[in-house]
Amino acid sequence: MEKEKNSVWSFFASVKLALFTLIILAVASIIGTLVPQNQPAEEYVKSYGSGLARLFELLDINHMYGSWWFLTILGLFSVNLIVCTIDRLPNVWRIINMNNLETETRRLEKMSSNLTLHSTLPVREAAACVKELMTAGGWSPQQAEQDGQATLFAQKGAWSRLGPYVVHISILLIFIGAIIGSLFGYKAQTYIPENSSISRVYQFGTNKAIPLDFKLRCDKFTLSNYEDGSPKEYRSELTVLDMNDREVLSKSIVVNDPLDYGGLTFYQSSFQEMQDFLVSIENESTKAKHSFSAPAGQQIPWLGTPVTFGILNVAEAGSMSRQLRYKVWFSDGNGEPSVFWLNDSATALVKRLNANYIISAKQQYATGLQVTKDPGVWGVYIGCGLMILGLYIAFFLSHRRIWVSIAAQATGSRIVVGGQSNKNKYGFEKEFDMLTNRIKQNDKIQPDKEKP
Amino acid sequence: MNSSHLLGITTFAYLLASVLYIAIFVFRAQKLGLIASVVTLAGFLIQTGGIILRWIESYKMGFGHAPLSNMYESLVFFAWAIAIFYLWLELKFKNRLIGAFAVPFAFVSMAYAALGTNVQQEIRPLVPALQSNWLIAHVVTCFIGYAAFAVACGLGIMYLLKDRKSSTPGLIDTLPDLKVIDDITHKTLVFGFIWLSAGIITGAIWANSAWGTYWSWDPKETWSLITWFVYATALHARFVRGWGGRKIAWIAIIGFLSVIFTYYGVNFLLSGLHSYGSG
Repeated sequence: MEKEKNSVWSFFASVKLALFTLIILAVASIIGTLVPQNQPAEEYVKSYGSGLARLFELLDINHMYGSWWFLTILGLFSVNLIVCTIDRLPNVWRIINMNNLETETRRLEKMSSNLTLHSTLPVREAAACVKELMTAGGWSPQQAEQDGQATLFAQKGAWSRLGPYVVHISILLIFIGAIIGSLFGYKAQTYIPENSSISRVYQFGTNKAIPLDFKLRCDKFTLSNYEDGSPKEYRSELTVLDMNDREVLSKSIVVNDPLDYGGLTFYQSSFQEMQDFLVSIENESTKAKHSFSAPAGQQIPWLGTPVTFGILNVAEAGSMSRQLRYKVWFSDGNGEPSVFWLNDSATALVKRLNANYIISAKQQYATGLQVTKDPGVWGVYIGCGLMILGLYIAFFLSHRRIWVSIAAQATGSRIVVGGQSNKNKYGFEKEFDMLTNRIKQNDKIQPDKEKP
Repeated sequence: MNSSHLLGITTFAYLLASVLYIAIFVFRAQKLGLIASVVTLAGFLIQTGGIILRWIESYKMGFGHAPLSNMYESLVFFAWAIAIFYLWLELKFKNRLIGAFAVPFAFVSMAYAALGTNVQQEIRPLVPALQSNWLIAHVVTCFIGYAAFAVACGLGIMYLLKDRKSSTPGLIDTLPDLKVIDDITHKTLVFGFIWLSAGIITGAIWANSAWGTYWSWDPKETWSLITWFVYATALHARFVRGWGGRKIAWIAIIGFLSVIFTYYGVNFLLSGLHSYGSG
């Protein structure tokens, strides 16, 4: 029983499994990019024939990345990461915290970097001298003495051994963030016509209405183009209102600058042209002002005032741009009605017998917003940061260890220096030489001439 | 003098440098070494000037943005990154033979930018989705990674060439030891892997701030992940199973094919959100 458990454990801890899942994930992902995803069923029949289309449906290849088998591979990958980390971490921890002072001189002589010196100093003085030199060179050694033999040990970057596990944990954190997001979050969309507000959004895919506990109003949508006609900016002026219609905050959003409110984020994603036009009228003397949504060809009263107006006609202002202009009919009950042409978004001053009016008209738009609730995004972001940090530690920092063993000799003492690095051997060799040169060139310690 | 003149000179400099480095390798003309290095460095400096000038020109046109916004500009930056990465490698490892396997990538990228029929060279204003500070972070991280992978691919080819016993012994002997090539290849892959990871991450963060989705299995995203899987496999296999030599050389080549497909193939063969790079 024990043995069976161990073999299951070591299967899930194995790097062989990691290599296998990485390759399977790569192959599966390739299939998902070659077969278009989330298309209507008849598209697959058209492109691949009914036989293949049925197979795709059976294997969920038409929405592969959310299919049970793809998620199973991701699950296997996660289990592999967790088990592998639990399996190896204690050993790594032991290496980081091990007592390196218990070592044999013979081992030092076999290390990839090593040096043997003879000194006329007795053991204790030689040890003190070497320790001082090491400290001056940036290595702070521990010291032990046993049977008249002194051992010094110093290390750098022991923690770097955790780098690969930081990367593994970062991937798990990203998965946790993604799972939280898909369980407790949603993606939705909404259109808000200018001058109106919404208090529900519609979930992607299902189109289910999701009520909000606040209202969102679009005050204005502007679409601007570069001279060559390509789009320059989509901008929506949004205002958040509480359920009693009190304004909470206003923000102007563009494509890369969304609105965050109440755990939701509203992204500028599209727009629609409405049937109506927005007409704004201000009485210059009373400063009274009002905005109307006006369809073309309809007479509209400004309630409480004698004003009535209407848009008689809509035409393109020029052949090049899509600029509109409007033929406006306006009356305030005094004298003949005014009829005039007005360019989109332009302002006209209408002089009447008793008062002047400032009038402007523009195409009414509805701004299209993507709405995201993602309570797991922090996990993804922290995971991403940790991944870069972990990769840096794993690949660029190394665990470097230097031992010095000093034993009594007929005349003075014999000093053996040994060093090891788990990565970047070349760089370590230079570091090792720098330290040993300090020791060699020290006046009190004589370099060994007889024995190489 | 405008940016396209400078970038045109750069293309010829990289061509000349490629020829010189290959001559050093094929004819063992060590004397050309210094000239090859100087030509590459000059090409790199002129190109740096060209990129900066193009940046300034875009401001003069009234819609300034970093020259990293379409296929042409990314190809130019790709070549630039290959050149600086190679020069750094030459300085660090004191070996000019790598040049014959690295600098031609920079030349091909510049030549394709200049001559490719579907590559538009004009400076164009940014569409709203691209108007973000993440543009620079995302493109720079990705292409530093891609440049490292291009050089790793060259090193892989070099390894396989050296490893073939049958070929003319004299020529191949001048190449560095197999162990040295293997070591440099591995280090280059590691370097590229970190930048690729950073490129995918900056892309995800950008997508989340523009669209509210950090990952949507768009073909470009998916292919960058496939590439990441390929190199992750290689690094694990080396770390725990001691893969090296021919296997790593082949992975460096296969991985770079995946990079090319992510960068180039996806734009033209698969449809998706990430269409900016295709024009």
